[in-house]
Parts: sequence; structure tokens; C-alpha cells
Amino acid sequence: MRYPFPVGRSDFIQGDEAIARAAILAGCRFYAGYPITPASEIFEAMALYMPLVDGVSIQMEDEIASIAAIIGASWAGAKAMTATSGPGFSLMQENLGYAVMTETPIVVVDVQRGGPSTGQPTLPAQGDIMQSIWGTHGDHMLIVLSPSTVQEAFDFTIRAFNLAEKYRTPVVLLTDAEIAHMRERVYIPKPEEIELVERKLPQNEEEAKLPFGDPHGDGVPPMPIFGKGYRTYVTGLTHDERGRPRTVEAEIHERLIKRIFRKILDHKDEIISMEEFMLDDAEVAIVTTGIVSRSAVRAVKILREKGVKAGLLKLNTIWPFDFDYIEELAERVRKIYVPEMNLGQLYHLVKEGANGKAEVELIAKIGGEVHTPMEIVERVVG
Amino acid sequence: MYLKSAYEIRDKYLRKDMLPTIFCPGCGIGSVLQFTLRAIDDLGLNQDEIVWVSGIGCSSRVPGFVNFDGLHTTHGRALAFATGIKLANPDLKIIAFMGDGDAAAIGGNHFIHAIRRNLDVTVILINNFTYGMTGGQVAPTALKGLRGTTAPYGQFENPFDIANLAVSAGANYVARWTVFNYLQGINSIKKALQKEGFTLVEFLSPCPISFGRRNRMKTAPELIRWYQKITVPLAKAKKMSEEELEGKIVIGEFADRDRPGLVREYQEYIKRAKKMMGWEQ
Repeated sequence: MRYPFPVGRSDFIQGDEAIARAAILAGCRFYAGYPITPASEIFEAMALYMPLVDGVSIQMEDEIASIAAIIGASWAGAKAMTATSGPGFSLMQENLGYAVMTETPIVVVDVQRGGPSTGQPTLPAQGDIMQSIWGTHGDHMLIVLSPSTVQEAFDFTIRAFNLAEKYRTPVVLLTDAEIAHMRERVYIPKPEEIELVERKLPQNEEEAKLPFGDPHGDGVPPMPIFGKGYRTYVTGLTHDERGRPRTVEAEIHERLIKRIFRKILDHKDEIISMEEFMLDDAEVAIVTTGIVSRSAVRAVKILREKGVKAGLLKLNTIWPFDFDYIEELAERVRKIYVPEMNLGQLYHLVKEGANGKAEVELIAKIGGEVHTPMEIVERVVG
Repeated sequence: MYLKSAYEIRDKYLRKDMLPTIFCPGCGIGSVLQFTLRAIDDLGLNQDEIVWVSGIGCSSRVPGFVNFDGLHTTHGRALAFATGIKLANPDLKIIAFMGDGDAAAIGGNHFIHAIRRNLDVTVILINNFTYGMTGGQVAPTALKGLRGTTAPYGQFENPFDIANLAVSAGANYVARWTVFNYLQGINSIKKALQKEGFTLVEFLSPCPISFGRRNRMKTAPELIRWYQKITVPLAKAKKMSEEELEGKIVIGEFADRDRPGLVREYQEYIKRAKKMMGWEQ
């Protein structure tokens, strides 16, 4: 297989470009999108690369159509992705819920920008944390990943595809304009260096007859893709194990939705990824995600120089959220600070996790700039 | 044309465990479904290579009743989902079963863009001038003066002519019939299924319960007589003045052309890309 970019070596590229290359190396062969700042470069890179690897890149009429098309492509057997920013992500929410309900593996990249509404198209923000977790309606469960460097944007994109395929679920890669447009050195691995996960396909007619059942007991049903003779019916209505609409029976609805929760929550130890930095003996913890983590690393170093025993917890996965871990953390530190580029979204999750065991303080910043390390330091030392 | 018995068609193509259907007495959707299945049967198409796609509404429940791969999606978005299925696996033949509100209102943008791209899909469109499933609200195809629960004093907006809209947007094949023109209907679906690119067969279909009841046509026979009154064959319409055509709906075959479909265009695009990048063998 020939790739339209160098593999097995480092390159100096933007976050958006890294996401596109990673998607192709992850096996993505269907991209549908609609231009929006600051995510457009993902689309432009896909438009350039996809035809060369016999994949599809198509500009749809809007974001609703884009996510619809990738769900369709996924049922036709392709690994599929779309990318957008806040306003477009809002438009995708209905079909994101459809992907949850129909257990369709897809990857949706949301490159956050300042909002609400059209807000600040070119400036970074972290205002879509809640939208990525709770944007669609109804009880639902999906996976949200958040990179803080261009290398992570690359690595997490591959992971996003693997998680989507493994758990038959939509995965949101939540990044921001700062990472999307920043150029950094990124190692682009050779295909043989990458571990890829492929979706579970039915092994026999019996399994194919239960496209929404649990034949393996792990909550993840094999996916009978279209055109293989299984004659699968897929609906966003509440359905039984065979996929037949059953919209008024409480127990069928409960069984379906609880399994969709279970297949992710039962594997949360494998899905959740966090990194600790100087947290072992910390009295003050900083919890961050995305680009702010980088200022926080520096802030921790400065705080240590000042004699404050500070440490950092960087969340690579935002959802599912490890509330228990945050509670344990809260038991061993005096205070938790949550610097984030919004008026308090991650803060709510951390506060709930801390469960009153430690004081949790928000360090909010909006307007389009990342926190400087000193802004975090000053708040911590008061 | 030799017509197989309806029982044969039913047993071959419907999911027995899904019956009875949700359709009301006098509804035309079952007839159009039968036409479509007869067309598939007559053409001897492979059941495993056809995917049915739909949005939301009465007509959109059809993929659930037929024993094919099927995707019952969100309101108005069937053609956007279809775009992904078809481009990801061009070997699949796609039938989109849609309603008027589904295709022309909430899905209007997807509809015209799927046609513009010449997406390889056959759209079977049920036009009953109303939102049947949600209880008889007015649809964008409703002729002026027709009543719906959201236009209790009669529709005051201009209607869409879906077939002509499709012709203008560039569809390869467009035909419109009432459900009572069954031979023409089946033949049109057969033609549509054999063509590349975007094909559309629109059916004026009775909805006595949600629509007819509110427009002094409580039964299917009353709606049949009304359709006979308001429809004009294309050849005849060409000789009529605009005033004479006011409030009438033209039926017939509106377009039959062979522009390259989206799949072929994209395959050419891949070749062009590889050539421009010096990748060709």
C-alpha cells in the first residue's frame, strides 16, 4: 500500500493535517464533510489524499448530511469520519444520537472554536465539552477523546477509530483551534507499527440474526454490514435484538439502552486514559484537558519551584469520566483547580467526582486565548 | 404483462413477522410497495444487493416490512445516508422510499443536492399532500386551499411540484403517476431501477384518514375520483393553457436521460487524481 505522505518518519505539520493522515493510516476510506473554520484543513487534506488511496472524500450540502453519509458508509462496511466545529457539531447532534442508537462505528472530529453561535471562528475555546457528551437527546453513551498536542491529535485519531470499531459506537475527537492550526513535529508511523482494530462481523447466520443482541456477552453485537445477504434492518426507533421496531415496551427500551451504556462502562478501564504529572505527593491538583494541559505542566513546575506541592492530572478521555478516580484524588489533595477555556464545563464533572472531599475551583478563561502558566500559578498561590 | 399473484410477491419479499403493516385502511403506500416489489421481481434483481433507505413518516416504515438490508433513518435525511452507502459500496443498489414532507420539506436540500450530484439511487416518493404519521399537518406539496391541521382554513402557500423540481435539478429519470396507474407505475419503477444516476418515481397516493377526512374525501374511492379530476396526462397538458392547468397535476414521464451517475463520476475523479499526482501505473 502506497501512502500519499511519508510514513516511518517525523514531519512538521498542523493538527488538522495530523488528524487526516492518522485517519488514513487507521483505515478510514470514507470522509464526508462541510467546510468550517478551524476544521476545514482536515477536509482539504482528506480531499487530497482520499482518491489516491481509493477512498471517498465528498463535500456534502451541510453537516447533517455529512454525518448521515458517514453512518451510511459505515453500514456499507467502511471506516468513516467527518470533522466540524461547534456550529456544525450542533447540527450533527440528531444523527450522532442515531449512530449511538444504531451502534454505528464512526469518528466525528469537533475542532472547537469560540461560541456560542458563530462566535469566534478563528480562536480556540473548550466550549463544546458538554455538547460532546450530552449534545444529542435521550439517554446515550459515547466516547470523547481530547488531545493536547499535534502528536496526540494523530495518536488519538487512530485510537478513536479503534474504539469506534471495537465498541460499535460513535467516537468524538474533541480538539481545539489552537491544536488544529499549530504546527509541531509529529512521528508518522509505518502501517506495520500501528495496531488496528476491526469491527466484529457475524460469524454465522445465528449471530447475523441478532444485530443488536449480545451473543458474546461483552455488550457489543457483531455488525452485519449491508450487501452480505444478512438482510439487516436498522432503525433509530427502539428495537429488539433482531432490529425490529418495538417502541412501546418499557423493558425492551430499557434493555437496549442499558446495554449501550454497559458496553462502554464495563470497559471503561480500557477506554479511559489519563496522565499524571508530579501527582504522587501533591497537595494541590490541577485537572485539565486539551491545550490547557500544556500551560498547566509549566504551571506545576513553577509552583514546585515556589514550594507548592502541585501536580497535574491530564484527561485524554473526557467521556466516559472516571468519577471514582477523581474522588480518590480529592481524598489525598487539599484542593483541585480546573483551568479550562470556558466558564466551567469540565469543572462540573470534576466537582461531582470530588464529591465534597476537596475544594474544587474553576480557573475559567474565555475570549480566545489559552491560559498562560502564570495565570494558573497566580490563582493557586493566591 | 403477466402479473404474479400478490400472495407470491408477499411471500417472497415481505417479513412475515412484521405484518400487519402500520398503514391505515385506504392508504396507497401498500400499493406502491407492491409495484416496487413487482418491478424488482420482474427484473430478477438480486435481493441481497439492494438496500432500502428511508427517513421518517408512514412511507419510511416500508424498509421494515421488506426482507432486504434497510436503513430507517432520521426525518428527511434518507438521501444523505444513501450517499454514504452507495459511495462506500457501489455494488449495492439503493431504493429510497420517501414521503412528500420527508423529501420536499425537511429533506429538500438533500433532495436537490442528491439530484445535482446524480447520486445513483431510485427514489419512490409517496405524495399524499400531508404529514400522515403526525396526524394530517399540511405538506409543502399541498395545493392551495387544501386543509391540514396546521392550515385549518386552507393552505395559503404555493406547492412544490416535486417531479418538475427533480427535472430541473438534473435527475436522469422522473415520472409521476397516481397509485391507480399501476401498469405505468410498475413500468416506470422498472425503468428507474435499470438506470444509472438519480431516478424518481412519484406517486399521488390516497391518505383518507389524515388527509381525505379533512378535505371532504373520507374514503379511498372519493380520493380516486378526485385524483382523476385533478390529474392531466403530460401530452394533454402540453396543449393546455396556464389558466386551464391551474390546480391540476400533470402525470407522465418527465425526464429520461443518461447523464453519468455519481459513482462513475467519482471513479473518473480517482483516475484523474492519480494521473495528476503521477500515481497511475
